[in-house]
This record gives sequence, structure tokens and C-alpha cells, in this order.
Amino acid sequence: MPVLIAHTISEATEILAENPDATILNGGTDLMVEVNFNHRHPSSVLLLRNVPQLREWSIDSSQQTITIGAGVPYAAMETGAIAAAVPALAQAARTVGSPQIRAAGTMGGNLGTCSPAGDTLPVLSALEATIHLSSQDGERTVPFGEFMVGPKKNSRLQHEIITAVTLPVTGNRQGYSKVGVRNAMVISVASACFAIVDDTPRLAMGSVGPTILRAVKAEKFLAEATKDLDNISDEIAREFGEIASTEARPIDDHRSTAQYRAHAIKVLASRLAVRGTAS
Amino acid sequence: MSSVKTKRDVLGTSSLRPDGGAKVKGDFAFTSDLHAENMLWGATLRSPHPHARIVSIDTTAAWKIAGVECIVTADDVPGQLTYGLISSDQPVFAKDVVRYMGEPIAAVAADHPETCRRALAAITVVYEVLPVLFDPELAIGDDFEPIHPDGNLIRQQRIVHGDTSVVGDVIVEGHYVIGMQDQAFLGTESALALPDADGQGVEVFVATQWLHEDQKQMAACLNLPTERVRLVLGGVGGAFGAREDISLQVHTALLALRTSRPVKMQYGREESFFGHVHRHPATVWMRHHATNEGKIVKIEARFVFDGGAYASTSAAVLINGVTHTQGPYKCPVAVVDGYAVRTNNPPCGAMRGFGVVQACFAHEGQMDKLAAAVGTDPVSIRLMNAMETGDLLITGQPVESVAPVARLIRETNEIPLPPDLAIDANELDLPGGSGITAERKHIRRGIGWGVSIKNIMYSEGFDDYSTARCTLSDGKVVLKFATSEVGQGFVTLAPQIARSVLGVTDAVCDTIDTQIGSAGSTSASRQTWMSGGAVDGACRLVRERLFELVGAQQNIEPIRFAIEDDEIVDTAGTFRMSVIEASQGITISETFEHHHRKTEELDENGQGNCHVAFAFVAHRAVVDVDPELGLVKVVQIATAQDVGQVLNPLSVLGQIEGGIAQGLGLAVMEEIIVQEGRVRNPSFTDYLLPTALDAPVVVARMIEEYEPQAPLGAKGVGEPPCISVTPAIVAAIRDAIGKDIDRCPVRPQDICL
Amino acid sequence: MSTNEFYSLKVNGVDHHVSDAWIGESLLYVLRERLGLPGSKGACEQGECGSCTVFIDGAAVCSCLVMAASAVESEIATVEGLNADGTLTDVQEAFVTEGAVQCGFCTPGLVMAVHHLLDENDSPSELEVKEALSGNICRCTGYGRIFAAVDKVVAVRRGALS
Ligand SMILES: Cc1cc2nc3c(=O)[nH]c(=O)nc-3n(C[C@H](O)[C@H](O)[C@H](O)COP(=O)(O)OP(=O)(O)OC[C@H]3O[C@@H](n4cnc5c(N)ncnc54)[C@H](O)[C@@H]3O)c2cc1C
Ligand code: FES
Ligand code: FES
Repeated sequence: MPVLIAHTISEATEILAENPDATILNGGTDLMVEVNFNHRHPSSVLLLRNVPQLREWSIDSSQQTITIGAGVPYAAMETGAIAAAVPALAQAARTVGSPQIRAAGTMGGNLGTCSPAGDTLPVLSALEATIHLSSQDGERTVPFGEFMVGPKKNSRLQHEIITAVTLPVTGNRQGYSKVGVRNAMVISVASACFAIVDDTPRLAMGSVGPTILRAVKAEKFLAEATKDLDNISDEIAREFGEIASTEARPIDDHRSTAQYRAHAIKVLASRLAVRGTAS
Repeated sequence: MSSVKTKRDVLGTSSLRPDGGAKVKGDFAFTSDLHAENMLWGATLRSPHPHARIVSIDTTAAWKIAGVECIVTADDVPGQLTYGLISSDQPVFAKDVVRYMGEPIAAVAADHPETCRRALAAITVVYEVLPVLFDPELAIGDDFEPIHPDGNLIRQQRIVHGDTSVVGDVIVEGHYVIGMQDQAFLGTESALALPDADGQGVEVFVATQWLHEDQKQMAACLNLPTERVRLVLGGVGGAFGAREDISLQVHTALLALRTSRPVKMQYGREESFFGHVHRHPATVWMRHHATNEGKIVKIEARFVFDGGAYASTSAAVLINGVTHTQGPYKCPVAVVDGYAVRTNNPPCGAMRGFGVVQACFAHEGQMDKLAAAVGTDPVSIRLMNAMETGDLLITGQPVESVAPVARLIRETNEIPLPPDLAIDANELDLPGGSGITAERKHIRRGIGWGVSIKNIMYSEGFDDYSTARCTLSDGKVVLKFATSEVGQGFVTLAPQIARSVLGVTDAVCDTIDTQIGSAGSTSASRQTWMSGGAVDGACRLVRERLFELVGAQQNIEPIRFAIEDDEIVDTAGTFRMSVIEASQGITISETFEHHHRKTEELDENGQGNCHVAFAFVAHRAVVDVDPELGLVKVVQIATAQDVGQVLNPLSVLGQIEGGIAQGLGLAVMEEIIVQEGRVRNPSFTDYLLPTALDAPVVVARMIEEYEPQAPLGAKGVGEPPCISVTPAIVAAIRDAIGKDIDRCPVRPQDICL
Repeated sequence: MSTNEFYSLKVNGVDHHVSDAWIGESLLYVLRERLGLPGSKGACEQGECGSCTVFIDGAAVCSCLVMAASAVESEIATVEGLNADGTLTDVQEAFVTEGAVQCGFCTPGLVMAVHHLLDENDSPSELEVKEALSGNICRCTGYGRIFAAVDKVVAVRRGALS
């Protein structure tokens, strides 16, 4: 029942090929909770934390993209160059758990778990990020929209590891908001990421459906309602929020009610649409 | 005066915790840190159903697992099959029926916690699920089959006082709902049991609030003589009421006795939510009658406390609730009906504030309604009605305690309000915090008030006492008592008392165990008064003996002696001698039992002098609210608390700030969510406790008015801080959004939908 | 690549050998129950309380969420390592004198978190302190005296420097 420690990506994919049952471990902030609470009994574990390549990130200025390794901890995204390139991601990263969780937790793990409450996921959805997967068979990329396929379900194959995420660098008109009942360390009750990419508005919603949802009708409405996305009237912002909230598919659970979640989306979406603009 | 003396940490100083050094280094031994040679781990099998008949329990497969040493069920309990603080109605293990989700059914002992987990999984229990009694209202009448031989009504109490035909010029009415709060101490339940070699006794290290009560209940269940069940207080990681009832004590001892090996049991967080009682959720209806100016002339009220499956202290919680209906205000007439009922919800019992939290949430909501109805403000209405020493309670009991209610309100009101939220406020200062849900312009500020009265110590005729022994030798004092130190700081206070009374510097506490008489429980804000009184009494007896000895040597009447700093001085002469010198080579040891004055039971109309004494506190809350999203940030709590005498300013401040954080939790985030008897959030992921970013600025004034009834002039300070802060915060939210809110915790949807 | 039925952990600069361990054991469990280092406390085992905070390769993390056998190549530092010379650190001293300790269960984790904060930022703002400590729950103190302890250390360190 070993813990297998990889130091390179190729070593990792090799281990995974030889040990198809191995459970991948990165920061451990999701996996260990399941182990501690007896929900998961891994028979072997592949540790990625010691793979330096997975902790790297780089900006491609010709493509206007940033590629962030799956093992980069949240703490490294909150400030600095990553935050400057993708402010919404930095905002999302800063809301994850506590400083201890952000020191260990990674986007690879957020994607591995694929919870509808995962905080980076609405950002990846709104920015239409590309997920990089690697295996003994080679590498492939999947758009986020095809990656997350259900609550805690993704299209990663058993022998693949998530190596990185590529996001467009699109400027500052983007933001992430998350509602929780405490002022720190809280799982999202509803969240939203708004971004303007290639002059089109995008809105992704978390914790209000089985997967991260794109508010396509609201996006379309906003694109048609105004040509000047830096000057959205309160009226339009409100309607944008209202449409978005009809696209949410929330449920009642012990954290909140469907009704409140839909309402929160309305408020978050309309506030995000004008956040950082003059209005 | 004498020359320069070394500073001694006497009463009134901020003496530091003697265990502080060990605690910051991680050296302090909490119960969960204890180990014994050859030790086994214990674990508990619990019911997944809130109400079910147990058809069969099959442990065969579990016994076959390597490393499993023992499995016990109800059939293995050698003595009494039930336990309980007030009535013995709770089974050690459920036998025929389970009455709440998480009720213990069996316990195992094995070589590793993981083996225990596997063994629990291998025990097969067949249940026949029964209808769940989850609505407390259904438990009051005969509408639901009794779920327990003792019936579904745990206790009912009526209060009728004064001329009930009175009708006010102004009448305000409200229905209030208080959610189920958890004590959520950080150090979960833990015990280590060491069986005696002859198998006829057991020593148990346990984190508890009341060693002797545990001992008594354990001995009965284990069928052992009390003296063969020896309890030692293991390090306790907080309590707040949750350790007043038995949890794993009998199970651990039983496993140790059966295996003849040391057994350690420790709950994880999830199990802890099922392993102890919680604060009673309650519904309270109140109707206040007042004159046109706002003077209260009558209060009508109805309380329903949901006690959950077993009685625990529900009967006493109910009495605290109904007898505090009026709050810290004059009230000549009252008609109150109170019920504590049994349901298939989690058992509820003691938590800081004990029934008064629920009453206060309602009466403070009412005071604001009354202020609005008569066109005055929250401060004036409270000042107008403020209780004073000598006033009669609705139980007919006169308030003999110092009762500086008006002063508390005025002093709180004098505390400056916090500055306005800056235009460029950091997101962490806004409701929603790092979630960046709002901008400054979305936020509205509100101010609210809460004032409370809290009985301190036990009520209703209970002969409450505490025991302490003081031993002086060679200038050193050792204090022995069974007072549970749960974090409150009695181990700091006791040596302070000895230094003050005896003039020593070196005073330490002995092991806290059952090798001395009971100290009663660390609850009801009673230990400073009760165990403080016992330590004080024991130290005074030792001082008398010392004066006699020195008097005989020096040929001075002992009555002329006094302690001045660290010396014995002849008040009518010139003789002085240091206490160290005077006690050289001798040992004086005295034991003292402190009893508080007698109280009475209530009659059928709820009349009687049932409480010992009262403490008061005022809170003013300032909150920032995002009305559209329903998120709240508590900005500042101003408070003035009636403390009698401050014995240790740092300790008192710690109690005030800590209590306020717990009251804040109940106001805006803490609730055990129970649906049809099922707990939905038994974890720190979903049961939210205030973090450092939720903590408000606390500005506290300690109001010192010497309490003549109290042995040290000091009132208990543990509970009041958490009582009226909750309604103050909720009132501030109402003020910010201009909408009525009648429940706590306030959820976002209560604000914005 | 390595396996872990027998493995060793470097804790506070010392190698400790672990044998017969179950794979799922957390670092918190192994420190407390196998290595005789019970200073780190467990109050939730799911990363929500911070009582178990340790440093792994310099990062402050929850040891309950670290699979022990996965930390074989790391430098682990626990609260026990703060007092190699027997005296209290300035942070520990301030916790005692400012009244930041009541039951003390949260204390070792908070002491670690405060050390980490002040190592990275010698003059944190009030909000930086609160955010840095937001993963450490204290149920007793309401945090007021803990903030006072941090302020005290900052002031003393500044005085010592200037
Ligand atoms: C106290 C606490 C608070 C939290 N708060 C939040 C929060 O506010 N918001 C939030 O979004 N999350 C939160 N989480 C969840 C968790 O921190 C995040 O999901 C985090 O991103 C997980 O990353 P990790 O590296 O720790 O994942 P791990 O636990 O190591 O792994 C998680 C899952 O992903 C798989 N996996 C990991 N890396 C890879 C990879 N490279 N390739 C393939 N599969 C992989 C693992 O097999 C596992 O199934 C919280 C967790 C805790 C304990
Ligand atoms: S025990 Fe690790 S965070 Fe609570
Ligand atoms: S001192 Fe008890 S939890 Fe912090």
C-alpha cells in the first residue's frame, strides 16, 4: 500500500500506467478529508506535490495566454504576476478556505474534485480555459466546458493527470464574487465570475447547478443591450442579473435555499457587470 | 509601609495562567494527549436513525477482525442501564429502541482507531424505522405516542403573578425562534480509563465539568462502589456546558474493565456533534402590555424548549427561561407558560446562558417593539423600565443582588461609536469579506441594544456546595479542589486568593480529582463564587491557625494579627514577621465547604425564591449589512458588565470577549440544522464558528459594585457576555434594514427575501 | 519513487522512523500517536480549525490534511521545535502575558500561524493579521487577546530592531 512519489510529469504518468488504481494526491485538502472521514480508502497513492514542473506557470505574450501548472498552490495566485494576468482567478483563489488551505490546495485538485462549489471553476468556465492532461499515451487538451460533466464528475481518464490550465489574458474587466455566510473560510453558497473576453461578456455561475453554468441568455442580452461594456447602466445590469438568475438551477440543501441562491446570482451578476466601471 | 516588595499576584491583578507556558509550547496534556502502556482504542457505534426499533444486533463478524478485543452492548452494562443529570432516563446503550440520530448502540475496543472503524462497520444492526416526533408542539399534547416511558412532556411550568386582569395602553406581541447552537469546544470528548489490577475498580482521566457527578453516575452504571471509580481531570479543551452530561465516560470505563487494559476513547468532530447535548432550540411568544409612556405593566409569554430525546437538564433550562421572561426590567404582572418537551431531535441541555439566552432574545425583541410603539428609542425604553435592587421578580423573589441596570445602559451608551465605514473600505471590512460581494455603497449600518439578567449558581432548592483544602508549609501553599478547569481560569484565581489571604507568593494547585469533596460543576457562572468561596474559606481557616501559632509563640492575642503584604503584623503593636518565616517547618492544612444560601422550589404558580443571585450586562451592537444579499459584518460591540468585583481583569476581559464571539455566532451563523430528526451539518465545514475575520471590536467596561452576598464580592462573569449580545446584533440588523426579524441565527434569506 | 510501509519523516530537524503504518494516516495522527509529538492538536480533521498547523517546507499547512507517508521528502516543523533551547519564543511569551490562552487547545496552532505570519510580514495591518489567522478557530477568547499578543510581538520586535 505505497505512496508513490513522482518528481517529473513523465515519472508520474509512468507510475499511473503501472498502477491504474493509484489515487492522485496533490495538496490533499480534498482527498485527506475523505480519507479522514472514512469515505475513501486508497490502496495506493501517487503524490504529485514534489513535481516541480507542475508548480510552474508562464505567460505567452504572443498568444495572450497564461498557463498555470496544476500544482501551483492558491497562495501563489492571490498576488503577483498571476493575479495581474487573471484578476478573477486571484479573487477566486483568495476565497478558498483559509491561509493553510491556500498554502496546500491547488487548481489541479479543484479540477480533480470538480465540485459545483469549487471556487476556481467559474473562472475557468467564464474564461473558457483549456485543461491540459497527460498520460503515457501522450498529451491532450480539453476545454473546461467539456471537462466538468457533472457534480464531482469530469472527463479525465483514469490514467491521466491534469498538468496545467491555460487561460486567456484579457485585461481587468473580470471579477469573481462568492457568497458565504461567514467572512472567511466558507464554502460558496452561490458564486459568479464575470469577464469580458474579445469584447463579449461572459458569466459563469457556481453552486447553483450540477456543474458550473454559463448564463448564455444573460450574456446574449448584455451583448445586445449595449455596445459600451465599460458603461453599463444600472437598469441593464439589473436585467442582466435577473436573466442570469433564471438560468441558475439551484437546489435546497443545508447550506442555503434554492430561492436564496437564485436571488444571490441576480445580485452578484448585476454587481459584477458594473464592478470596476465608472457607474 | 515596608520597603520594596516583589510584586505578588494577589486578587485584583492580572495574574497570568499557571498553565500558560505549557499550553503555548504544546506541552500541556489534554485528555486526548494521554497514553498508557498497552492501551486500546475505543469507539462507539451509533444509530443512523432518529427513531427506530432495534430488531437485532449481530457482532459476530466484528469479533473476528484481528485486533478487536472487546465489543459491548446494553446487555453488558453491569449496573444501572440509564444515566442522566436530573432524571436517569438516557440508556448507556440503546437496547430496544433508538430515540435520536447518533444514539450509542455498542462500543468496541481494538488496537488501532482504524481497526475500531472496521469493527463498527462490521456490526450488523437491523432496525425497524418508527415515525419521528420532530415537532415540539406535537410533544405537548397527547397527539403523539410517547417515545419514552417517561412521556413526551419533560416539564411544564406556569408563572402567574400579580393582578392578571390588567391590560396595557399599548400592547406589542412577537413570536421568536432560537436555533440549536452547539458549544463547539475545540477539544472533543476524550477519556482514558485504567482498570485496577483486581478488576474491581477503575481510574478515569476525563475532560468534564463535574468530576463527582460523573463519578456518581458512572459508579451506578458500572455497579461499582463510588470510591472505586476514581476520576482525574484530564486537560480540558473548553466546555461551555457540553461536558456537564455523561458522554463516553461509562463506555470507556466499561471497555477497560472488560479487557483489563487501558482504553482511550476520543470523539472526532462529527461524532462530537452527536456525542453531547446542545443549546435548546426554542420558540417563544411574548405579549408586553405597557403604559402610554412605555412602562411595562404586564407580560404574557409562552415558551417551548425542544429537549430532544432525553431529559438532561431540560427541566432546569425551562425554569431559567420562564423565570427570566421579564429580563432586567420591572414587571408587576405576568402570565407565563413554559414547556420542555421530548422529541426525536438531538438531546439538548446545558450551554452558556442556560435557558436565559432564549428568553433574552425574545424580551429584547419586545423592548424594541415597545419603544417603537410608544415612540421612544431603545435606550430610553430600557432605562425607563430598568430593574433595581429590591424589585420583585415575576416569581415573587426580591432581587437582593446589586442590580446596576440603568448604570450599565448609560455606561454602554457612553462608549464612542465606531467611525463610519470608509469610502474606500477594504473588502475585508465589508460584509461578504474576501468574497467581494459588495461595494461600500451597498452597505447600510445599524445599531441595536440588548440587556440581560442572568441567575448565577444553581436554583430551586439544590444544596449546592464546593470543597477546597489549603495546605501551608514553609511559606508555600498547595490548594486542592475538584473544580474543573475548562479554560475559564480557576487555576489562576485560586492561587490569587491564597496570596491575598495568606500573604504567600508561592501558591500552586494540586491535581484536580475526586480525592476531595465535590466542587459542583463548572457552569452557571458559579465557580468563582462557589469554589472561590471554598478556597477563600480554607485559606482563612489556615490563617487563623497560623495566627494562633504565632500568637502563642509571641504571646500576642491572635485577634490582633493581620496579613499585610507578605507579613503577619500586630495591628496593636510593632511585631511583624514574614509568613515564610512564620510557617517554617510547620504544616497547616484545612478543608472548607462553601454552601450558597438556600433557595426554594417554585409552586404551581411559579412563585418562590428559586434563584441565588443575579448578574447583569448591557450590549450595544453596530453592524454593517448588505441588505440585498443579506450578509452581515458585526463592527463593534460595546458592553458594560456588572461584575461585582474584578478579581483578575485579564481573565474577565477574556470571558467578555469570548462570550461575545459565541453570542455573535448564534446571532448570525451558528445553527445545527435538523430535518425530521436528522442532523444535516455535523462538521466545522457546515457548522460555522466565528473566525478572526468575524470578530468585532469589543469595547468593554467592567462595572464594579461589590456584591455583599458573594464571598469575594465578585459575581460570576462567564455567562452574561454571551446572552444579550445576540439580540443586540439582531436588533442592529433590523435597524439597518428596517425589517422585522424574529429568529436567530439570522440567515441571509431572512434579511433579503 | 519510494514506498512507505516503513518510512521516515524529518521533524524539527530529526529523522523519525515510522513502521507498520496504515496508508491513510494523517501527519497529525503520526506526529501525535506514533512519534510522541502531541503538541499539534486535532479538533476537526478536515482543515477547518487550524489547531494542527505545522510547517512543511516552510509553508503553514494543516497536518490533518497531509498524508504522513507523503511527507518523506519534506522538512516538517512542529510547535515542539520552537523551543529547542527551552525558552519561550516571543510569540509564545506574548500569548501568555496578553491573555491569549484560555483552554489552550487552539494555542499551538495559533502560535505556529502567528510565527508564520510575522516571518513573512514584520508589520502586518490589522486586516492582514485577521486574514492570516482566519484559518485558526478559537472558541474561548473571541480573538481579542490573540490580536493583542500579535501587536505586542510586532511592537517588541520593532523596538528591538530600531
Ligand atoms: C477547510 C477547507 C476549506 C475549503 N474551502 C474551499 C473553498 O472555499 N473553495 C474551494 O473551491 N475549495 C475548498 N476546499 C476544497 C479544496 O481545498 C480544493 O478543492 C482544492 O483545490 C483541492 O486541491 P488539492 O491540491 O488539495 O487536491 P487533492 O486533495 O490533492 O486532490 C483532490 C482531488 O483531485 C485529484 N487530483 C488532484 N490533483 C490532480 C491532478 N493533477 N490530476 C488529476 N487528478 C488530480 C485527486 O485525486 C483528488 O480526487 C476546501 C477544503 C478544506 C479542507
Ligand atoms: S484538525 Fe486540522 S484543521 Fe482541524
Ligand atoms: S483558548 Fe480555547 S479554543 Fe482557543
